[in-house]
Amino acid sequence: MNVRALMAHRFAGLTVVSAIVIVLPFFFPSAYYYRLAGLVLIFGLAAVGLNLLMGFAGQVSLGHAGFLGIGGYSVAIGATYLAAPPWLCILGGAALSGLVAFCVGRPILRLKGHYLAVATLGFGVLVTIVLTNEATWTGGPDGMTVPRLMLFAWPVHGADAWYWIAAITFLIGGTLALNLGDSPTGRALKAIQDSEVASSMLGIDVSYQKLVIFVISAVFVSIAGSYLALFNGHITPDISGFLRSIELVTIVVLGGMGSIVGSLLGATILVVLPQTLTVLHEYEDMAFGLILMGFMILLRQGIVPSLMGWFAGRRS
Amino acid sequence: MTILETERLSIGFGGVRAVDDVSLIVEAGQVFSIIGPNGAGKTTLFNLVSGLYMPLDGRVRLAGEDVTGLAPDRLARRGLSRTFQNLQVFFRMSAVENVMVGRHRHERTGIVADLLHLPAVDRQNRRTLEAARGALARVGLCDVANQQAGTLPYGALKRLEIARALASEPKILLLDEPAAGCNPVETRELEGVIRSIVKDGVTVVLVEHDMRLVMNISDRIHVLANGRTLVEGTVAEVRSNSAVVEAYLGVHGAREAGRAVG
Repeated sequence: MNVRALMAHRFAGLTVVSAIVIVLPFFFPSAYYYRLAGLVLIFGLAAVGLNLLMGFAGQVSLGHAGFLGIGGYSVAIGATYLAAPPWLCILGGAALSGLVAFCVGRPILRLKGHYLAVATLGFGVLVTIVLTNEATWTGGPDGMTVPRLMLFAWPVHGADAWYWIAAITFLIGGTLALNLGDSPTGRALKAIQDSEVASSMLGIDVSYQKLVIFVISAVFVSIAGSYLALFNGHITPDISGFLRSIELVTIVVLGGMGSIVGSLLGATILVVLPQTLTVLHEYEDMAFGLILMGFMILLRQGIVPSLMGWFAGRRS
Repeated sequence: MTILETERLSIGFGGVRAVDDVSLIVEAGQVFSIIGPNGAGKTTLFNLVSGLYMPLDGRVRLAGEDVTGLAPDRLARRGLSRTFQNLQVFFRMSAVENVMVGRHRHERTGIVADLLHLPAVDRQNRRTLEAARGALARVGLCDVANQQAGTLPYGALKRLEIARALASEPKILLLDEPAAGCNPVETRELEGVIRSIVKDGVTVVLVEHDMRLVMNISDRIHVLANGRTLVEGTVAEVRSNSAVVEAYLGVHGAREAGRAVG
């Protein structure tokens, strides 16, 4: 297998995604579908970020919605109180999330498995509490309105514009993640997931690598959070809540650990399914739960890895 | 030249001294074997030397420098590598990817280059892949290079760990029971591999239960029992030492063995 063939292979999934992203709007009957697809892509971007941490490095986080919150409120507060342009607030929020991830990650990434899960959970809860209580800045539990995104003096409005922005950002994020997978850093992270002892014995600075990927992961999620706030035009502390964090983890696991296309598929299911299940009225949540369980029982490694394994098995 | 030295090294777990006052000197280019009955503290000694455990007492020196308490990745960057008795393979990666990880300390691209997949990353990947293939060839695993490590048989995994350690181009290589689970043919092949490693100027420290292998290739043998040094010497000296025979067979067994020979 030469390097060029590997390259083609690496981006095969994302190429299909780009094609679908371009063709899909032709089949949208109304703006509502743009909105739904935009949400899928934004949550997909956040899930790719979490997937870098969970799927590549094997470290769990139950508090990643905290970074959604930091990204979202950076845009809201920055534009409202500092009169900063929203695009600058997106970058500022990403930098702030990276800094927070660095400070939080240093002590807690030493923990493993369940202990790390509980520590990250604590982080998410902490962010929510701060966002709820600092009402003078954040508007408290009722949240605040978020000004519109200005792109080179053009105000971005309409779900279709957001669809394209989210799509381009998702594709860039996915490309970066796939690049990382096929690099010295990516190999080191996958090694850490399988054996930290052997990794360190081969000269890998395990805690440094975990910290770097935690920071990058936070930046991805933060940008998704900023988009979410700008897209909705309104933000409440729920954005960083525990349920949001669980949702992100669910998307990653459902789509497949380490699979970028999987993260988008997972996001599709978690965003679209509840909308289609409204026909079931009071049984909606129950059906949603059962479908999630069904997916995990039938495709226990997540959708993409399980299907790929199934096809590989059939071909040989 | 002395490459590795431990000085009165000790560690205890819950009151039991697993390694107690062990001093040894390994000369560069040697095959230095550590033997002893189960529970003698051989693997614990390896864990101390390779930085996985912090010694309670004593020093470790690598090429003359005090490295006591240094983290494993720091030691690896100074040229110390090891394999594990209870396999520490990256099971979800292919065989060749496992060995590619071994090249980590020689890889030079940074995180930004990796994210953007700059041309330097391509070149780096190619060099890493080439070196990894070379290391796989040395242990005879070329034909399973692209197989997932989790699907390989035990003996192959043992050799995969050696290839991975070799890929890091160590000055000193610690092998923890490389022949465990190998059949006689595989053990003979392993002996050839170890010889070729030594010929390249790498010092080998070996923990092994296969006495034929140990006696064949060792320059010096250090015998441990209950965490303490029993004797150290050349193959001939250790073989003729009655204390060693007793440690393995017990006093009664040794008497029986002596009677049988006599």
